[in-house]
Amino acid sequence: MNADGSALVTAPTMVAADRRETRRYLLLLLPALLTLGTFFVYPLFGILLRSVYKNGYTLESYRQIVRTSVYLTVIALTFRTAAVVTLIALLLGYPLAYVLATVRPRLARVLVVIVVLPFLTSIIVRTYAWMVLLGRNGVVNQYLVALGLTQAPLPLLYNQAGVVVGMTYVLLPFMVLTLASVMRGIDPALVRAAHSLGASRWQAFRRVFLPLSAPGIAGGTLLVFILSLGFFITPALMGGPSDVMIAMLIEREVEFTLNWSFASALGVILLALTLIGFAVYYRLMRLERLFEGLG
Amino acid sequence: MAAPEGVRAGAEVRLQGLTKLFGPVVAVSDVSMTVPAGSFFTLLGPSGSGKTTTLMMVAGFVHPSRGAIAIDGIDVAALPPQKRDLGMVFQSYAVFPHLTVSENIAFPLEVRKVSAAEIRRRVGEALELVRLTGYERRLPRQLSGGEQQRVALARALVFRPRVLLMDEPLGALDKKLRAHMQLELKRIQRHLHVTVIYVTHDQEEALTMSDRVAVMRGGQTEQVGTPAELYESPVSPFVADFVGESNFLDGVVISTSPDGRAVVRAEGGLELRGTSREPLHVGQRVVAAVRPEKIVPQDARASELNRGKGVVDQIVYAGDATRYSVALGATGTLTVKVQNRLASRQLATGDLVELAWDPGDTRLFARASDER
Repeated sequence: MNADGSALVTAPTMVAADRRETRRYLLLLLPALLTLGTFFVYPLFGILLRSVYKNGYTLESYRQIVRTSVYLTVIALTFRTAAVVTLIALLLGYPLAYVLATVRPRLARVLVVIVVLPFLTSIIVRTYAWMVLLGRNGVVNQYLVALGLTQAPLPLLYNQAGVVVGMTYVLLPFMVLTLASVMRGIDPALVRAAHSLGASRWQAFRRVFLPLSAPGIAGGTLLVFILSLGFFITPALMGGPSDVMIAMLIEREVEFTLNWSFASALGVILLALTLIGFAVYYRLMRLERLFEGLG
Repeated sequence: MAAPEGVRAGAEVRLQGLTKLFGPVVAVSDVSMTVPAGSFFTLLGPSGSGKTTTLMMVAGFVHPSRGAIAIDGIDVAALPPQKRDLGMVFQSYAVFPHLTVSENIAFPLEVRKVSAAEIRRRVGEALELVRLTGYERRLPRQLSGGEQQRVALARALVFRPRVLLMDEPLGALDKKLRAHMQLELKRIQRHLHVTVIYVTHDQEEALTMSDRVAVMRGGQTEQVGTPAELYESPVSPFVADFVGESNFLDGVVISTSPDGRAVVRAEGGLELRGTSREPLHVGQRVVAAVRPEKIVPQDARASELNRGKGVVDQIVYAGDATRYSVALGATGTLTVKVQNRLASRQLATGDLVELAWDPGDTRLFARASDER
């Protein structure tokens, strides 16, 4: 009786305290919410509206995209390029991140600066630098010919290879830094423990280090993949006429065709596909966790 | 008692001239010792004494600059850790956070390609050994520090290594839990007959758990011996101070006798008689060390004492004191703590003893009428 009575008294005050707490958090979130609302959600909504408005509400733009194979090809190419870039960035970035996370702290700081350094230069400058390297008479081809590895210069620029090389280069730091921050959190004693328990180098990596670095792989690949989907400058400069990515298509509609409704529809489709990809990926990663627990 | 089925008796570990240089820094210098098969051997020393580096060389994580490590006569110095077949428990436990308790314990068996049925059986046994049955599916983050420690221990023992290395394994536990785990460790070690090399800076832990202790200082072994030897006849003021507690008095030798005894005049003119392991000469400056409990305050008080006769049935040696369990027949069992004073006789199990205690130390409390 007594206990019940006191519970009845305390419950509403608890709820009130909780509410006050919630209100305080909302207040703290307000600046961010306002900024996001004004500069992100509102324009996004505008794009959404514009995509279905062309002298009156219509789904004309969407119909046109779905009916035209060129546009579908561009979307497929965009996702394929993003996937290839992500995979190569992961393969190149993982060992680099491992070194970054395991060397002495002082050396690690130097390496981080080297990894981040490209961010301090304009992406256009860096892309032109690659064009100089990869061109028909670029440094790479000169070496390849001089070493007798190829007879004639290889076509490294203005094609898919050029796009992948350029994008991988620009996006690699995102992969490396995401991976390294997770790897730095892995206790080195765990790998030692695996060795002391009889695991070979490969077994210790495969069964201890790799699974523990999985959150970094998930985060890094997701980040690079999403950034790749909207990439514009590098594919525009380093790709050939057929290496059109969706962002370039949107730019063309905005700048030249002035078909803003159509450009908006392309943007909405890119956003929707990205969100679907994100959702699928999220599910996959969760499933992987589940398998780990059962294995 | 015979070792349980499938358990191999511990191996002997012999270190010969083991040296490790980190650049110009000498971490371990010319350490030689023999760890007897099946013994509990402790490397005791302050931080920076080289005890952990020595252990890491035995484990294979640190490559010795010079010297040899032999396990049952076979030199393992060139083998990587995973080929040495040694169990190891780390200071941080190093339990794999992404694996459940049973997956952690199964790990060393899986990398050895043991069959699934055998793994299940042995993981069950190991869990029983560390008293964690029922915890199979839990993740390390759902366990307390003490429970994680037991998982680490079970994992290090499940593949039946002949030597178990432990690097300050109880350092992170609270005092109560540490005392409990010390008993558990001793129980498990005796049960499995595994050789244990244990690193600690806690002298009390070293004395209570070890068969033999190597006291390390500045990368060298200062003294190797049983806990009683270290405590009763330390070879240096360092050991006398680090193991237990000592009073130190500076003085000058004023006479010697051939049996190692000498008379010393301490500062202030006090004359002391003492013994030395090395020959001394008149005029030599010395430090006299004496344990606090060896100094007996004179007490001529005569009083009527409580008395009882009993048989010693258990002895726990703790350096400065020994705890005896004495069975007084139907009266029950009394725990008696005897300070190991000057000339105090050590009792053995089975000894008949007479116990006496002051009535003034015997408190009487009224019982509530309904209690039995």
